[in-house]
Amino acid sequence: MKEKVIGRPAGLYAEFPRKGGAAPTATHYCPGCGHGILHKLIGEAMGDLGIQDRTVMISPVGCAVFAYYYFDCGNLQVAHGRAPAVGTGVSRALDHAVVISYQGDGDLASIGLNETIQAANRGEKIAVFFVNNTVYGMTGGQMAPTTLIGEKTVTCPTGRDPRYAGYPMHMCELLSSLQAPVFIERVSVSDIAHIRKARKAVRKALEIQRDGKGYAFVEVLSTCPTNLKQDAEASTRFVNEQMEKEFPLGNFRDRSEETEPLCRNVSDFTKEAIDKAFNLDTEASPDAVEDPAFGQVLIKAAGFGGQGVLSLGLIIAKAACRAQRHVSWYPSYGPEQRGGTANCSVVISGSAIGSPVVYESNILIAMNRPSLEKFALDVKPGGVILYDSTIGEYDIPEGVRGIAVPAMEIACKTKAEKAANTVMLGVLKELGVTKLPADAFTEALAENFAGKQKLIDINKKVLEAGAQWVRDNL
Amino acid sequence: MVTQLVKGNTAVVIGALYAGCDCYFGYPITPASEILHEASSYFPMLGRKFVQAESEEAAINMVYGGASAGHRVMTASSGPGISLKQEGISYLAGAELPCVIVDIMRAGPGLGNIGPEQADYNQIVKGGGHGNYKNIVLAPNSVQEMCDLTLKAFELSFKYRNPAVVLADGVLGQMVEPLKFPTSAVQPQIDTSWAVAATPQTRRNLITSIFLDFEQLEGFNNKLQEKYELIEQQEVAYEEYMMADADIVLVSYGISSRICRSAVEQARKKGIRVGLFRPVTLFPFPEKELFKLAQTGDRTFICVEMSNGQMREDVLLATRCMRPVELVNRLGGNLITFDQVMQKIEEVAKGGSI
Ligand SMILES: Cc1ncc(C[n+]2csc(CCOP(=O)(O)OP(=O)(O)O)c2C)c(N)n1
Ligand code: SF4
Ligand SMILES: [Mg+2]
Repeated sequence: MKEKVIGRPAGLYAEFPRKGGAAPTATHYCPGCGHGILHKLIGEAMGDLGIQDRTVMISPVGCAVFAYYYFDCGNLQVAHGRAPAVGTGVSRALDHAVVISYQGDGDLASIGLNETIQAANRGEKIAVFFVNNTVYGMTGGQMAPTTLIGEKTVTCPTGRDPRYAGYPMHMCELLSSLQAPVFIERVSVSDIAHIRKARKAVRKALEIQRDGKGYAFVEVLSTCPTNLKQDAEASTRFVNEQMEKEFPLGNFRDRSEETEPLCRNVSDFTKEAIDKAFNLDTEASPDAVEDPAFGQVLIKAAGFGGQGVLSLGLIIAKAACRAQRHVSWYPSYGPEQRGGTANCSVVISGSAIGSPVVYESNILIAMNRPSLEKFALDVKPGGVILYDSTIGEYDIPEGVRGIAVPAMEIACKTKAEKAANTVMLGVLKELGVTKLPADAFTEALAENFAGKQKLIDINKKVLEAGAQWVRDNL
Repeated sequence: MVTQLVKGNTAVVIGALYAGCDCYFGYPITPASEILHEASSYFPMLGRKFVQAESEEAAINMVYGGASAGHRVMTASSGPGISLKQEGISYLAGAELPCVIVDIMRAGPGLGNIGPEQADYNQIVKGGGHGNYKNIVLAPNSVQEMCDLTLKAFELSFKYRNPAVVLADGVLGQMVEPLKFPTSAVQPQIDTSWAVAATPQTRRNLITSIFLDFEQLEGFNNKLQEKYELIEQQEVAYEEYMMADADIVLVSYGISSRICRSAVEQARKKGIRVGLFRPVTLFPFPEKELFKLAQTGDRTFICVEMSNGQMREDVLLATRCMRPVELVNRLGGNLITFDQVMQKIEEVAKGGSI
């Protein structure tokens, strides 16, 4: 009887060969199941709107897992509850697509609740059709998030008791608290009168997709006579009398008129555009030369989080790059940096670099006492330790040269309190212990602050002050 | 060719952009987050698509959506996030969808810490999700390869319609080295023979991993195995360093192989004949090559990896236990040290088995 409200919808295949079996025009749904009716409504609207060529239907896990048997459009079948995330991927890749996510209550409101809410909140261009039949149909009638209080299922055999199983979830109400959705409505397919209203909501949701306006959600109160052990009449009554009481029908939101279509950018795959994004025309380093005679210089820079030891290491690495040496830089990372101490390793080499992590160094730059204490013993004989003079007395290991540099003081005097790291750089440059030419440091500094002339000028001054200190004192 | 000093995680994004990757879907996690950060600026800059997903599960399913559309798409994460992606990876493999997943490994199990480890080997190379599937797995050991192997991963994943994983670790993600930029950019094409691209041409296409019929599903599984065999025949990649006369063979991938390289050089100076065998593809694993090494000469193998010997098991299988296979490892976020490797080399060299 219900079937006659709708003729054969153009959006459904005439026969269902993907289903296989002897009855090519019969669906796999039980008689009296709400899924079949909703399929017809969606198929009808798809056909009428002429959107089949650009429609991607996402079949969920649940009784509608085989929705792709029926819908004459592009089809995907996906993991349990993940349809809105998959739909997001489709929609972002294919801006012109009409994306449909068809889901049951277990799929949408339980395992996939996060994906549901987040896709709605992003306002994805997806029409979500939500079949609320108060039960997990496919797996044999377990309790769903939407099961009514007192309703018996195989996992609440004495009826849903809110003290143990909570209350039915109201998805339309929940999603209505979000800004982004364009359209939210709850309908029913229990009988002819209800189907007529449902048809309008289904069409509206798809029109919104046709026009690229954003997220539309249609909750469909539906029958599952098989699991609820009802005949056709009893299931209609259950939906009309009990479900509707818990889940009032109606439109919760319709902003389709005032919403503008949302058009996403067109991807640029040209090499020129990518090159430009990375400024390849202006920012290039020369390639390293093979020069085994250079050997290796292993540097460790360490200090408090804000003392700029990571960028100090990076500028040394840039200088090495300019001097056409093989180079690697490796930072301590993560929470270590937060308030605590940070350090980095720089390896400069005349040939390909093995380990980028420095355990034993030739040069240690320590900006605070904990760093000095932690790494001083790992400096190789003949190596150098530069440490800030504010650290005070420290017993430098035998065979290692210790230099207390008034880096913070010099930085303050040059009116660049935060540039103690650059003072150390100037000292390094002047000492020549890195075996890099002096001008590589100056160039690397400029490269590091690229485009910020003021910073370049100040730091160059500080760099030279550090170098001058070496000339005056060592 | 242009060179810049670049961070490993950034190099992944650079590789992806030149590979024609259209969409990036990700969720933050140390030490992979810079991939997300860089993608969030460079993808939109080029009109490409970026979504910070609500979870790794969502991200991998967005990848499923974008890949179904026939586009080149990717995600990246680290251990805990990769564990969450496993469901999605199984579906991607089951639906034969190409995509690239980057794993910047950190130390586990559980929340572990953010230090580097190589203990995702099993969950990436052996599957990790349900079913008889395999990922193509590429293991870079430099910033250059973080870029180049990401490009390669896209190429292979589309060639075989199979997920491809770039398996790196915290050090490779965080370190900076000079990168030679790619000299060409891929202009991606949608393969309309299978993609669901919202076009009249692709309207009849279906992406699914369901085969209700047992015989059919067995057939599909066998077809997958044939595909993996083909990949094994055609795509094995490895690097040999000073292997010609090596009595001791270090087998190591990723960052550990860099430390091994230094150890090989040092040991050679001491007159010990050591070589390095570095698998670049972990699936397909260079089994035949290792077997040949085990058959010829009285070599000792030393696996050097930051795990409890996960790759060593594959070396044992490949060499069919014909020769000793030792293990040098560190766990918990600690890097293997040069000294550790040297010590083992000297121990083996003194042991007189050589
Ligand atoms: C990850 C995962 N967990 C569980 C299942 C088993 N499963 C299949 S369908 C289903 C419930 C579907 O219920 P619902 O979404 O309400 O759809 P209905 O069948 O009622 O239309 C479950 C739990 C699965 N396929 N995958
Ligand atoms: S079990 Fe319920 S939901 Fe599933 S097809 Fe049958 S009636 Fe429909
Ligand atoms: Mg249900």
